[in-house]
Amino acid sequence: MQINVSINGKKAAYEIDNNEFLADTLRRHGMLSIRKGCNTSNCGLCTVWIDGKPVLSCSLLAIKADGKSITTIEGVQHQAEEFARILVEGGADQCGFCSPGFIMTVLAMKNELKNPSEEDIIHYLTGNLCRCTGYMGQLRAVKKYMGVE
Amino acid sequence: MKIVGKAIPKIDGLAITTGKPVYTEDLSTKDALVIKILRSPHAFAKITSIDVSKAQQVEGVECVLTYKDVPDARFTLAGQSYPEPSPYDRLILDQIVRYAGDEVAIIAAVDEKTALLAMKLIKVEYEVFEPVLDFEKSIGSSTVVHPEDDLHCNFDMGMEKGKNIVARQHIEYGNLEEEFKNCDVVVEETWYTQATAQSMMETHRSFSYLDHAGRLVVICSTQVPFHVKRMLSIALKLPSNKIRVIKPRIGGGFGAKQTACTEIFPALVTIKTGKPALIVQDRTETFMASTTRHAMRVKVKMGADKEGFIKVIDIHGLSDTGAYGEHGSTTVGLVASKTLPLYNKTKAIRFMAEVVYTNKTPGGAFRGYGATQGTFAVESTINKLAEKLSMDPSEIRLKNIIKEGENSLYHYDQMLGSTALHKCIDTGKKMIGWDSKYPRTVLGKNKVRAVGMAITMQGSGIEKVDMASAEVRLNDDGNYTLLIGSTDNGTGSDTIHAQMAAEVLEAGMDNITVLSADTDVSPFDPGSYASSGTYVTGMAVVKASEELKRKIVDSGAKLLDVPAENTEFCGDSVKVLNKDRSISIRTIAEKSVLGGMKNQLSGFASYGSPVSPPPFVAGFAEVEVDLETGKYDLIDYVAVADCGTIINSNLARIQLEGGIVQGIGMAMYEDVHYDYKGRLQTNSFMQYKIPSRRDVKQVRTAFEESYEPTGPFGAKSIGEVVINTPPPAIAHAVYNATGVWVSHLPITPEKVFMGMNR
Repeated sequence: MQINVSINGKKAAYEIDNNEFLADTLRRHGMLSIRKGCNTSNCGLCTVWIDGKPVLSCSLLAIKADGKSITTIEGVQHQAEEFARILVEGGADQCGFCSPGFIMTVLAMKNELKNPSEEDIIHYLTGNLCRCTGYMGQLRAVKKYMGVE
Repeated sequence: MKIVGKAIPKIDGLAITTGKPVYTEDLSTKDALVIKILRSPHAFAKITSIDVSKAQQVEGVECVLTYKDVPDARFTLAGQSYPEPSPYDRLILDQIVRYAGDEVAIIAAVDEKTALLAMKLIKVEYEVFEPVLDFEKSIGSSTVVHPEDDLHCNFDMGMEKGKNIVARQHIEYGNLEEEFKNCDVVVEETWYTQATAQSMMETHRSFSYLDHAGRLVVICSTQVPFHVKRMLSIALKLPSNKIRVIKPRIGGGFGAKQTACTEIFPALVTIKTGKPALIVQDRTETFMASTTRHAMRVKVKMGADKEGFIKVIDIHGLSDTGAYGEHGSTTVGLVASKTLPLYNKTKAIRFMAEVVYTNKTPGGAFRGYGATQGTFAVESTINKLAEKLSMDPSEIRLKNIIKEGENSLYHYDQMLGSTALHKCIDTGKKMIGWDSKYPRTVLGKNKVRAVGMAITMQGSGIEKVDMASAEVRLNDDGNYTLLIGSTDNGTGSDTIHAQMAAEVLEAGMDNITVLSADTDVSPFDPGSYASSGTYVTGMAVVKASEELKRKIVDSGAKLLDVPAENTEFCGDSVKVLNKDRSISIRTIAEKSVLGGMKNQLSGFASYGSPVSPPPFVAGFAEVEVDLETGKYDLIDYVAVADCGTIINSNLARIQLEGGIVQGIGMAMYEDVHYDYKGRLQTNSFMQYKIPSRRDVKQVRTAFEESYEPTGPFGAKSIGEVVINTPPPAIAHAVYNATGVWVSHLPITPEKVFMGMNR
């Protein structure tokens, strides 16, 4: 079947299988930032925005995205890089494999929360796992980016 | 120093964080066959019949391979220097399957859907055997995991395969019986460390194709490209020079990718079909069919005099290597080699161990590599000993630990070149507030806060075994290319090596291009494991850079027509001493390739160390325990490290923080476990919990620098030592709060509760 979506601001029609997940559709169409780290909605690596809200694309059927506006990190490179620079300057990038999904959640948080507390930040980002950094460096970078140091 | 020691951002940082296609799967081609593996549902069985005819008829299926279709050479998947100290006990596919998840058939198809459909059509009949699952019952069990005749070891490791024993160790110095007799206090305890999963975010994956010359190219997420190349050559019976292994960006390894879990399957398919092939393990497969930390039982007996000097330590280890022996004989050695040298007032030491097969997911490398297991057992025993002596646990350590210039019974022929461990302990105590908090503070009727501590050491590379090479070239434009075979798994080792080259050559980071790792291009390197990147490869980089610097000076002097000793290297130029004459590096570079010189300049060096200098960490935990339920929170963790000279302050800090959090996961909840039939139950992040950011309250770190005379700029390693302290420090804090020693990791609230109510 076919779904019609807006992908990073451009209209697209994707041919999909009934049981296909959005992460697979997006990867197949060249959005290689999309990674599946767990297949069980635990790790947050596959995070994209649907109508501006962070969603786990590995557990969303592609059909559910029909008619919706999808944003991947490929579509917000400028903002992503702004936060990525802070992350990298603090050495908190490490292997980088979880970063695109993490950054999509951080950018969504920036759009959603004003002056969040540390607890608010941790709550918002809990669904994004990272095995390298131990989270402290990520938290330092996020607080700097959110202007709540 | 201008660049070493600074918080230089990782050279690949922006690309990897913003989603650029630089990892293995991103580099595969659209026409690549997709490989899926049919896995054994049984922990131990023999395939009595396997029918793939229906699967092969599915449109889009390229090939289905079984044990009948693969070469018959046994090999090991352990990425270790040849000849590997791991048994050659594997076939690519075997008629006998030895754990639930062991490979039964390889399916290659045009896409994943087709491969999975074909998998369902394979008919397998098994003769199911009784598995041996309890490693304490493995020796002498009627179940023999490896009965085959063609299994072979490169060394005599003490293998007795009829008894399921993979290896034995026995090291002994001094007269134990006599020393124990003379001790005022003796403590004896048995500790258990569980299997844990490395859980790097990028699961195992490999992609292969044939190049223009018909050679096999494998792009894979590995820590050990050169070892993978050799392994493929042995397993596939293919000449080594027909194989090229390329390591792109890697999504974490932590030791998991020191075992080649997937590379052989696409390689075999590509050879059979001539077509590109890709395998990507899903998370369940990576949990089930890669490796785990070796679960161990470690008995420690320790004696001291009444002043608190530790006179004798006796350790007996039993290690569970699962269905195959990867890293089995070596991990267990670190139980002793990374604990006994710390306490060098001993008059007698002994270490005995057996490594045994069971029908479970194989053991493998995981950050810490046996030192983690040994540290839990030995440090916990020392905490018990301190209590029995009525000594502060920090005091007993300060009294007994090795100092600079001293040796130990374990390393009687090696003097310790550097240590700031005493300072690490002092600083850590201050940071956690030890003197006011030890051992506990009662907050209310049921709430208690308490602190605990542990110290640890690791090594820096494998002494007398591993050797790395590096080449630095001066390019025609005056910039440098650094070629190394070391594998940056996300740690930032490429950046660190570039910093070292830039420091020696007095160049900017932008002037150094790093190329790693490609077995066709890179000089040999065993890979990134055993905490070797900064120290071993780093020394090769420094030496190669120094050689190039000498050549640049010589060439500059020649072009200036003065003796080399009358010139100096100034980073951007070579200058004549005390004169206003110089020649720029760029001009030297141009002339080396374009002018009359006809001699492009490069430096090449190899380095292997006769010693493995230990980095140290002192770790301090503070817990708050609910005495009614046993539930506890780790409210603070302080870790102070000595890794010699810090090459990159940011990256060292994140290594320390990240390693501590992995150690916290191991201490508190991570636990690989199986059902009664040997089927893995913790096969997703639903069941196998790694720390989330909500679980980690506070980790605070600091460094106390020492100067390691044998290391690059005085540096030692940092990568592994960081994981070792949390299990014993948290166990100690929980004990101080509750009076319960949890001797089986992980320290769950249930165990604390049961202990309090025993």
